[in-house]
Amino acid sequence: MKNLIEINKLTFKRNNRAIFNNVDLFIPKGKVTAIMGPSGTGKTTLLRLIGGQLAPANGSIKVAGQEVPTLSRNGLYNLRKRMGMLFQTGGLFTHLSVFENVAFPLREHTQLSNAMIRSLVLMKLEMVGLRGARDLMPSELSGGMARRVALARAIALDPELIMYDEPFSGQDPISMGVLVKLIRSLNDALGLTTVIVSHDVQETLSIADYVYVISDGGVIGEGDGGAITQGQSPQLQQFLHGLPDGPVPFHYPANTLKNDLLAEGDA
Amino acid sequence: MINQVEALGRLGIDVIRKYGKAGILLYGAIFRVPNFRKGFALVVQQIFAEGVLSLLIIMVSALFIGMVVALQGYHTLSKFGASQQLGPLVALSVARELGPVVTALLFAGRAGSALAAEIGLMKATDQLSSMEMMAVDPLQRVIAPRFWGGFISMPLLTIIFNIVAIYGAYLVGVKWLGMDAGAFWSNMQSSVEFHADILNGIYKSVVFGVVVTWIALYQGYDAVPTSAGIANATTRTVVYSSLAVLGLDFVLTAMMIGEW
Repeated sequence: MKNLIEINKLTFKRNNRAIFNNVDLFIPKGKVTAIMGPSGTGKTTLLRLIGGQLAPANGSIKVAGQEVPTLSRNGLYNLRKRMGMLFQTGGLFTHLSVFENVAFPLREHTQLSNAMIRSLVLMKLEMVGLRGARDLMPSELSGGMARRVALARAIALDPELIMYDEPFSGQDPISMGVLVKLIRSLNDALGLTTVIVSHDVQETLSIADYVYVISDGGVIGEGDGGAITQGQSPQLQQFLHGLPDGPVPFHYPANTLKNDLLAEGDA
Repeated sequence: MINQVEALGRLGIDVIRKYGKAGILLYGAIFRVPNFRKGFALVVQQIFAEGVLSLLIIMVSALFIGMVVALQGYHTLSKFGASQQLGPLVALSVARELGPVVTALLFAGRAGSALAAEIGLMKATDQLSSMEMMAVDPLQRVIAPRFWGGFISMPLLTIIFNIVAIYGAYLVGVKWLGMDAGAFWSNMQSSVEFHADILNGIYKSVVFGVVVTWIALYQGYDAVPTSAGIANATTRTVVYSSLAVLGLDFVLTAMMIGEW
């Protein structure tokens, strides 16, 4: 199978607003694929659709050949055991230590002995460079460390697919560099398929094999890093170069300033 | 006019949808229990969090309530020369009404609000979503143990409340006001029926345990994942639980004394 994820004619609406409108998107196996686009274009929603946390209005979402929206609860949970997802906030369990957070999926889904779980957890923490932090609580971690722990937890069950939701946002340059290197090296070392959702252009382009840029409910550009940077679409250029005004307007839709200022008593 | 009818219809649909979601949550909490090996430990943890950690407020409140009822009761009964009936007065008031109701109200304030805030925060910080993505059902792993923890804790807390309140009354009636200890205990023993008074109070506390825990879990699970949303969820938990307990107490009392 060439593609691990195949999305065809996906339509998803929220409050009658189309977030995706007839979108086709394919995630090749063993590669790092980036989904980029301005804030509010539905990048995180796309990950939740792939993970079956949301259901589309129309279209097909196939992961490893299985049609996600039609799966039973058990089928969906079995599929999710083959996925890992790193949330923007990390999603660490605040009442569990770093060690227990990483051990959580192993304890839930396997019958391994405590000694075996200990070895596996320490190996996963070693991969993200936090073996020494195993006894800390999530409240004692920096933002970058919390994401690395969440990453160790996401790969605890050796998934085929790992999805990252804004892994670089709010990180200092050192943490960002560590995460960039980790995402690429884990993908190559473990033979994963990686999907990164991000709006950090340089970092994402530096590790992505293939990039989709989404905006206004559709794909406005796709290709490898070179093809994306040379794309001519005005929306794409505005996004890549961070222009404050353009097809995505600076101002939220509103009445004219004159009308608003002269209106009486209406806040 | 059409707009008002439409708004009313939308409100009705929203209310029914919320009841439906709350019903599904209760169904999940009751029937999607984890297997015994994992579930037992999780339920014991929750009995500690919801029950044992509520003990202090329950015992201190019970002591003072028992003492106040004894003080008020003694002075009122003395006017009719019936001060020897203080034991039955206190025991019946506590076992039938004060025990289950006050325990449930305190439980809603102490454990219910904590449950709603904890689950709301787990939702806001993507802990529930990440659990789902790890193929672990939050209803089974988070909601069910908390529900059973509340269900088991409430009757036990009520029994402890009853014992401490009666002891508080004993301190005031016998040790302070000088009533005869034999009369206090023997009158109580002869007036209180195990089934009609003690067990009916426990049955009430079981119902309150289900309702208060259910409301708290639903409010947390359905909270808007923001700080204001979680604050609203905890407030609603205490308000709705208190109203539900007081309303249900009337209904249950009417059923138990055979007037309904």
